[in-house]
Amino acid sequence: MNKIPNRQVICDTLLELAKDDRDIMVLASDSRGSAAMAPFANTFPEQFVEVGIAEQNIVGMSAGLAHSGKKPFVTSPACFLSMRSIEQIKVDVAYSRTNVKLIGISGGVSYGALGMSHHSVQDIAVARAIPGLAIVLPADRHETKKLTEALVKYDGGVYVRIGRNPVEDVYESDDYPFEIGKAVIVQEGSDITIIAAGETVRVALDAAKALSENGVSARVINMHTIKPLDEEAIIAAARETGRIITVEEHSIYGGLGAAVAEVVVQHHPVPMKVLGIPDEPAIAGKTAEVFRHYGLTGDNIKQIALELINK
Amino acid sequence: MEIQELKVKAAQIRMDLLTIIHRAKTGHTGGSLSNTDILTALYYEIMNIDPANSKWEDRDRFIASKGHSVESLWCVLADRGFFPREELETYSQFGTRLIGHPNNKVPGIEMNTGALGHGLPISVGMALAAKRDGRSYRVFCLMGDGEQAEGSNWEAAMAGAHYKLDNLVGIIDRNRLQISGTTEEVMGLDPLDEKWAAFGWNVVSINGNDMEELLQAFRAVPEVPGKPTLIMANTTKGKGVSFAENVPAWHHHVPNDEELALALTELSASIEELTQKGQV
Repeated sequence: MNKIPNRQVICDTLLELAKDDRDIMVLASDSRGSAAMAPFANTFPEQFVEVGIAEQNIVGMSAGLAHSGKKPFVTSPACFLSMRSIEQIKVDVAYSRTNVKLIGISGGVSYGALGMSHHSVQDIAVARAIPGLAIVLPADRHETKKLTEALVKYDGGVYVRIGRNPVEDVYESDDYPFEIGKAVIVQEGSDITIIAAGETVRVALDAAKALSENGVSARVINMHTIKPLDEEAIIAAARETGRIITVEEHSIYGGLGAAVAEVVVQHHPVPMKVLGIPDEPAIAGKTAEVFRHYGLTGDNIKQIALELINK
Repeated sequence: MEIQELKVKAAQIRMDLLTIIHRAKTGHTGGSLSNTDILTALYYEIMNIDPANSKWEDRDRFIASKGHSVESLWCVLADRGFFPREELETYSQFGTRLIGHPNNKVPGIEMNTGALGHGLPISVGMALAAKRDGRSYRVFCLMGDGEQAEGSNWEAAMAGAHYKLDNLVGIIDRNRLQISGTTEEVMGLDPLDEKWAAFGWNVVSINGNDMEELLQAFRAVPEVPGKPTLIMANTTKGKGVSFAENVPAWHHHVPNDEELALALTELSASIEELTQKGQV
């Protein structure tokens, strides 16, 4: 089992890239520890900025730094970064077209027992409404590395959401094509498609494996980029497999499922099921416990898939 | 420019801004009139800028955090040659880039502002970038006094002092009026200068409608090495138009035909007086 959380992968990758790129900067809101950015702060103090617990200021300052040619990476808890500073993200980053990378750490329910104030399951909905802002959720450490490399080259505002704990690998290595805005089919299949992003890609693969035992061929799409959305991959999945299930660590309102449904209903309507956190403060507990509670598990997805297929 | 010329320029900018607001039938008249002298001092005398090369790397940066008073800024930028004067006629018209808030599609505008409490955090980032890169440009951020109620200003005030940004200049257009009445009635700010000083800034209080005092304050920056400067520019809202001065309704009152004619007459008279003085 992989022991490296994605936040550490971001730090390791930036440490490598920052050697040759003095414009890369990391900002933290008293979060250098929780963002695993202490090694960066220690190695490149001139490229690190501590802002204190001030999420509006961290985004505004980053926009000012980006305006002056820097490549700022804001590393701050997803719950606060995505919502407390959403107006700065809208005006200073997206509207002003500054090159700011917003890394929401400990996203979804990965703050576990800390409850609704610290869970970040509305962030995708909020970020999706901002024109020009890209949204990416990497699935594992390999994808996080490739994403971080891509972010340094990408000119524009991006919201990235990662979890707190190490996640099981989806990919065997980072030797696969990764492009912001382009979905990855991690498993081919013809009877149904399961679309997931971030840590739920692993759950979708578990479901596909369980379904194969019943002779059902499930396609699994890693929709790492929720905006701009790879509409072609969704339309192809609807046309070729006839049924879609989405799985996300987010409210069922305004997230991946809603985004996919908007495409499906307008281009190729097929039966769909959106799995996520219902409209309630998410229950407290470890990520796996919360996932189990809400049916975000391979077994439950398998049951739903069988129902959709037998309809 | 000579002091007298700057005063004439400020009066001309006031005439321009009243004219575009009157034509568009929308705008923030009072706050634009109060900050006209500040903008005139900065854009004609203090800031290191090149209108022909608006993105020159070592230029001084100006951020209008009180973005609603953009009309004075549009008139100054047009007059300095950042874009053709004729474009002022499109102010607030359908599809224009000269909208009711600063818009960085227009040469001379660094960032889109208008949501209050955003300008100073951005300015702190710009000033910090200059320090980290060893560049000598300065960042001037104009804020409103009503705007001081936004908490993000104080987050940025802390950061500006923490990072010892003596290349950063905050300016507060302290006209003591906001949309619902006086600042002290709506949300008390005094002693505002002591608050900024307590946050680690070097604070200079001046008459923000006095060209001599403005130039002296701006030229002295940085007065204290290692400290950002806050210029408390005590101004009169509606300055230069007798019947608009200190009247809260002129926050976004649009002059009618008669009011415009009267205001332009007053401003022309003041220009004539200044010109005659200049010739003596």
